[in-house]
Formats: sequence, C-alpha cells, structure tokens
Amino acid sequence: MARLIRTEKEVEGRFEEVWIVVEEDPLEQWPAGPLAVVGQPAPRKDGHERVRGEARYTADLKLPGMLHAAVLRSPHAHARVKRIDLAPARALPGVRAAIGPGEAHGLEKEAVPGVRARVGPGNVPGLEEEAGFAGAAVAAVAADTFDQARTAVEAIEIEWEELEVVLDPDEAVRRELLTAEPRRYERGDVETALAQADAVVEATYRTQTVLHNSLETHQAVCEWQSDTLHIYISTQYIWGVRQAVAETLGLPEDKVRVVCEYMGGGFGSKNSPDEYTYIAAELAKRTGRPVRCALTRREENTSAGNRNATIQRLRAGARSDGTIVALEGEFTNSVGWSGWNASTEGPMRMLYDCENVRTVTYGARLNTPPMKAFRAPGFVEGTFGLECLVDELAAKLDVDPLELRRRNYASTNEGTPFSSKNLEQCYRQAEPHWERRHEVRGRSDAVWKRGVGMASQIWYGGGGPPSYAWVRLGSDGRATVITAMQDIGTGTRTAMAQIAAEELGIPLEHVDVVLGDSARGAYASISAGSSTLPSMGPAVRAAAADAREQVEDIAEQRGLSKDTPLQEIVAVLEESQILGKGARGPNPTGMSVLTFGVHVVEVAVDVETGEVQVERVAAIHDVGRIVNPLGASSQVEGGIIQGIGHTLSEERLLDPETGRVLTTSLDAYRMPTIADVPEIVCEFVDRPDEHLTNLGSKGLGEPPIVPIAAAIANAIRDATGADVHQLPISREEMLRALRETEQREREKEKRGAPAAV
Amino acid sequence: MSELRLTVNGGEHLLDAPVGTSLAHVLREHLGLTGTKIACNEGHCGACTVQIDGVPRLSCITLAHTVEGEVTTIEGLREHPLVEAFVRADAVQCGFCTPGQVVSAAALVAANPEPTSEEIRHAMAGNICRCGTYPKIEEAILSWQD
Repeated sequence: MARLIRTEKEVEGRFEEVWIVVEEDPLEQWPAGPLAVVGQPAPRKDGHERVRGEARYTADLKLPGMLHAAVLRSPHAHARVKRIDLAPARALPGVRAAIGPGEAHGLEKEAVPGVRARVGPGNVPGLEEEAGFAGAAVAAVAADTFDQARTAVEAIEIEWEELEVVLDPDEAVRRELLTAEPRRYERGDVETALAQADAVVEATYRTQTVLHNSLETHQAVCEWQSDTLHIYISTQYIWGVRQAVAETLGLPEDKVRVVCEYMGGGFGSKNSPDEYTYIAAELAKRTGRPVRCALTRREENTSAGNRNATIQRLRAGARSDGTIVALEGEFTNSVGWSGWNASTEGPMRMLYDCENVRTVTYGARLNTPPMKAFRAPGFVEGTFGLECLVDELAAKLDVDPLELRRRNYASTNEGTPFSSKNLEQCYRQAEPHWERRHEVRGRSDAVWKRGVGMASQIWYGGGGPPSYAWVRLGSDGRATVITAMQDIGTGTRTAMAQIAAEELGIPLEHVDVVLGDSARGAYASISAGSSTLPSMGPAVRAAAADAREQVEDIAEQRGLSKDTPLQEIVAVLEESQILGKGARGPNPTGMSVLTFGVHVVEVAVDVETGEVQVERVAAIHDVGRIVNPLGASSQVEGGIIQGIGHTLSEERLLDPETGRVLTTSLDAYRMPTIADVPEIVCEFVDRPDEHLTNLGSKGLGEPPIVPIAAAIANAIRDATGADVHQLPISREEMLRALRETEQREREKEKRGAPAAV
Repeated sequence: MSELRLTVNGGEHLLDAPVGTSLAHVLREHLGLTGTKIACNEGHCGACTVQIDGVPRLSCITLAHTVEGEVTTIEGLREHPLVEAFVRADAVQCGFCTPGQVVSAAALVAANPEPTSEEIRHAMAGNICRCGTYPKIEEAILSWQD
C-alpha cells in the first residue's frame, strides 16, 4: 500500500519539508565492506563514449534548422535602459528575430511566498531594463550563424542611464543593502564565556570570489513542437529546469521536456534554467525554429555565477586545557545582485562541541555578478576561517592541533544525534600522516620552509526523497536501469549500474543505465549538494529488488532453486520483460545526516618569493558506504585540486571603479593544471550509515573541497609561523604574512619575554 | 567563401568556408567531428587540441585556411591504446576536456613512448581539466602500454 509521509529534504544545507509516497517495504542494508560488485573499483560505464569523443553534449547538438542566439549584456554595473532600438539588428543578414528588455523572463529574484523553494538558484535574471551588474542580459538576437547574431547584437542601439554602483560589502551591510534579513544564531552566553576564557584569539579572514568555469559553458537548445517545449540543456537538475520553466512560462509541467544526456561540468552553477534558456525558448517561439543560446567563455566569467567572497570576523575562547568555550563570528557574504546567503557560519555552529556560539550572517547585495552554489557553498569559506582560527588557538595554547580537535569533538549536532559520525576514525587514520610533520619540517632549508597542517570537514550530503527508478530485465538476463536523472561527470551511471547488478546478482557488464530525459523516466534528484548517490542509489536498489522478487516468484513456479542463476530463470521469458520500480525512502527522523573528513597537507614555502607549493595531501573521508572506490578516489582528487586552485591561484578580479570583471579569460583566471598537482593519498572509513536508506551511502562530491584551504594555511603556519588570513594565498599575501610574523618576533625579542598566553 | 582543402584522419576534404574560420569550427560544423570540443575558443584551455602532422595544435585559434599538414582528431585516435588506458585509470569525469587530453597524450607518447611523470606534466600542462582528473591522466599515460 502507498503510504503518504512528511519528511525533511536538504540540498546545499537548505532544508524544506516535503510529502512523499512510500510504496515498498524497506530493504535490509547489505553487510558492510566490499561486496561482489558494490564496493569494487569499476571503470566508468560511459568511459569509452566520453574518452573517444562520442558522448553527445548539449554543445554538440545540431538540430535541423537550428538558429544561434547572441546576447547583449550591460557594460555597466548598475544602469537602466533609457532607449533601445532593435531595428538595426533586425535589418542585418541572417537575423531571424531580436528581443529586448521584458521580452524573455527570468525567474523571480526573491522566493515567492507559497511557491515551493527552488534549490540552488543564482536566479540570474532574464532580459531586464535594470541591469544590476556588468554582464546582465538586456537583449538577444537569433540568426543563422553565431557570428551573424553577434554582429547584430553590436548593431543594437542602446542608451543607458547609469545608476549608483555599490561594490563594497561592508558599505552594503552598513546601509542595509541586503539580499535577505541577516541570519542570527545564538546558544549559551558568548560574552561571559569569552571573559572567563584562559585564551582568546581573534582574526578577520577574507575569501575571494571564484568562478566555476565548467569547460562546457552554460547553454540550452530550445525547440517548440506544437505546444511542447523541448529543452536540451547542460544542467544538474532536469526536473528543476522543467518545473521552473513551466512555472515561468505558464505551461503544464508535462509540456516541458528537458534532456541532458552528457554535461560538461557544473559544480553547482547549473541547477536552474537561467536567462539563456528563456532567451532560447522565446526566440524559438518567435522564429518557429530551434535556437541555441550558449554563453561564450567570456560571458561564462561575467554572467554564470560564482562562489561569493566573504569577510569573516571571528573570535574563539578556550580554557588552558584546550576546551573551546566560546565561538563568535560575524560573516558577510558578498552575494552580488542576486543569489542566496549561504551558511558560511555553518562549520562554526556544527563542527565542535562548544556551549557558547553566536553568529550573524549578512548577505550583501552588490552590483556584482550573482552568486550561485559552488561545491559546498558557505562551508568551504567558513571552514577556512574556523579551522585557521582553531589552529591559531592551538598555537597560543601550545596544544597539538589534532589533540585540540579531539578534545572538542561534537557528539551531537546542536543536540540532535548524528545518523552516523566517524570523524574520530578519520582522525585515527590521519595519525600516520600527521606524524610525518617532524620529518617534513626537517627537510626545510634557508629558503624553502616545510610544514604540515590539518583541517576537519563537516558538510551535508545525505540526499533525500523523492527519487524514482525503474529496472527492466529481459529474457537474456540483461538489465537496464531507467531514471530521468543526469550524470554530471561524477560516475552516476556506473554507481547506479553497480547497485542494480549487486541486487540482481548479475555481472556489472550486464547492466545498462538510461538517463537524461524527463520524458523517459520518473522524477529524479538534483545532482547538487552531494545528493545524487544517496538520493538515487536507494531508489535503484529498490527497483532492482522489486525485479529480483519477481524473478524469485518465477523460479518458484518453475520449480527452480533460489540459487539458480538469474539468466537461467528468465531464459524462458522470450519477449516478456520483468519491470521493477523503486522509490527513495525517507531520511531518518530526528537525526542529522552529515559527512565528515580530515585533510593533512604538507607544503613548502619559499620565504624569499612567497611561493607556496602543496607537496602532499592525505584525505580521509567518512561518507558511509563506498559504492565505487575508483570513482570515489577521482571525486576526492578532483575536489582537492579544485580547492588548491581556490586556495592559491584563482580569483575573479573586478575593476574597483566600474565593477566590470577583469578576469574574463582562462589565462587571466588561473585554474590548476596537471603541473600543480601534489601527491594525493585518499582513504575512506567506508562504514555504511546504518540509519540512512537501504544503502547507507552519503554523497562525496563536495566534502573533499571543504577542508583543503584551511589545511594548506595551517601547514604554512607550521612551516613559517605566519598567519595567512586571506584567499587566494598569493605571493603578496604570503609575503605580507611573513613580514607580520617577523615583526611580531622582533617585538617579542625586544620585550625579552615568551609569547603571552 | 573560400575554397579549403583539408586532410583529416586520412581522408581528403574539399570545403568552402569564409577566410578566418577556425579549424575547430570547420571540424565540428562542416565535417561533423564533434569529438573536438570548444571550451574557451581563444587558445587557453586545450579542449580543442588536434594534431597537425603529429604535433598538438589548438584548433580554435588555428585558421583553417592556413593548415597544410595532416590533421588528426580524436575520431582518428579512437582505437589508440590510450583510450583504454584513460578508461581503465578513470581519467575522465565530465569528459569535456578528455578528447583534447587524449590527442595531446597521443602526440607525447608517439615522440616519447615512456615519458616520466615530469615529462607528462610538462607536455600536458596546456590541457585544463576543471574536474581535476590530473592524477588519473598521469597514471593513464604512465600505463598506456599495459
């Protein structure tokens, strides 16, 4: 019988209550540890297609009669369109349609009361008369070729009225120019605890704006067939695009079909349809032809979202035995023109067992490009601040940083039990890596100073319902998993095939996975918030179990024993098929589902030039059951490498006068190359979360990027004594921190006393 | 429009394209060889890498009419042992940069069948992978003959 239940759903640290229908009886979890297929390293099911250049991305799609759109974007950080004339563009060769402000709609900038909260939007506006950032879309042209469209965009006559530009987040907070009410949190009595503490540390940390720069830029191809809109899009959320577009354009959801077979990276920036989809849909409607709207790389850097900059003013107090008694933080997120106020304070609230915590988080509304979710939004930034502060505290107390973390171990999440937490096991596995620090320091010389640092990780990643899958089993014993989800490059097809193969008891090679089309499968989870595997995996297992039970019924009727191979049992079916269906069950009630980990990093710092080299990273993560150790290690390496870019080299720069993005190309915006990669050691705790679903797996996409910046900064402190307070740790920042340390040492010498605790 | 003769993966093509058209555009739009990806279109990322007479070239900033040698794209390297090595090592995540990686790697191992890690890092530093598959790419190239 179908049971209707209310459950909590979380994506990127944002919660909502949802109704779900639970149909089947829950399955017992498999025993812990590697099984026949699940837990075994598996190369990607779609590896050959991708490596051989056969996989069809949205960028490769060429529909008959397809037109190309180009977009006119505001050169001003804040301006109103006074006059616009599209006629000169329409008169040019190849041009089929041109649209201006108000003629294609974006999403609401603010959540509309009563409307289901949408996950992970930067909600980049569509064509608007008021451009709130340099790069906002105001007009668009469709033409036979992209070059013709671009030429036509340049011919559009436009007059702007420039408006006041606000770029400074502190000024925005002072003037209450905020994207939402400030978020305040308090437990205990911070003032009293700080006054009574044996040691107090205080510091301001700043993190920069970074860009996702997925190699496939944001893009969509839209085509109308009768009253149905077909959207081919590079997206992390087929069903979110379907819902948002249907709502915005006033269509029944079934009249919007969303397709994404392969996609070239998202990292959180592709959770919503955005202006390019609405532009393509509108131009396709006007021309009666399919229209591609694809951002150029330069547009990708101005208009496709970012990890917003933060300012974190933090204080921590502790007793001399290392017990943290108070944590306080004032956080300012430079959200930009739109976006949401991510939980930069989250790690401070959740990572340690501290009775007295007070935070306030401001979302500054600026005339800068909108923020979007970027791989653990808020927690990457907040962990940098908190975990650097904790190490500064450890230095002041002269307590070993690992020991300090253990002494303040949180056994509940603000009073709520964890569904599972094996951070202590992560620390245990970290010990041999941490022990290396004496040897590493010993390899320092006059110029290159070496040291070891660590940082802990906490983040979400439990996924949730609803999510559905079907399993189709033929008389040849081969199975196909069908679900309308997307594989954003994390190995989803492979993990789903492993789960189905394990449940059915057939080889991995006998399972295919069909996904990527809202018209050809049931509702599936967003691929964001590390939720794909924990949301979809249990649904796939349930569907496979449903099919397996039918196979067992058939075996019984054929008088075959339960141990008969599946292929033999179903061999008589000829054209008949067995169809299994499964749904993701609810999350455990009254429990916090979270992921944990620790990084131990070894660095070398050139104290003359300020160059920082990351030499080795040991990463230990606790994300429940590991389905594919090979794919999981790739996720960890990828997160670490992206995090090294965030820590050392990446920064979106704005012209401080005009608010225009200066780093619009990939030579100006410096992402890691293969030459920047350290030795990476990747370990897992690999214990199923016994309270979480029939699988016990949590997500892994985001956890590895969370602690890396702090671990690098803490290794730098270990190597040089310098306190780094700002990302990226450019040579300038490194030299500044070194000079500050020298000065401090000199003053200490002058006073002739050791550092006061 | 201007006449354009190209030899691609062993086949000869006589095409018409405006002077100034990039090789990447011709490969993708005129010849339907979409394995060559365009990710930045200004020569910074390596996704569009093809070989011209065995040498890696950025096809997005190569003018098609200036090409004199033989062009090899990923479609011409689909049976190369590197493909299997990349799949085996999991040297692919989203896969958008991967064809360009394989083309660069194929040129490397043709010139130097047993490259060291350092040589791999030097030769492959022009191919950006935003997913960070680099350790696996290095492993794939080190083990391509296995």
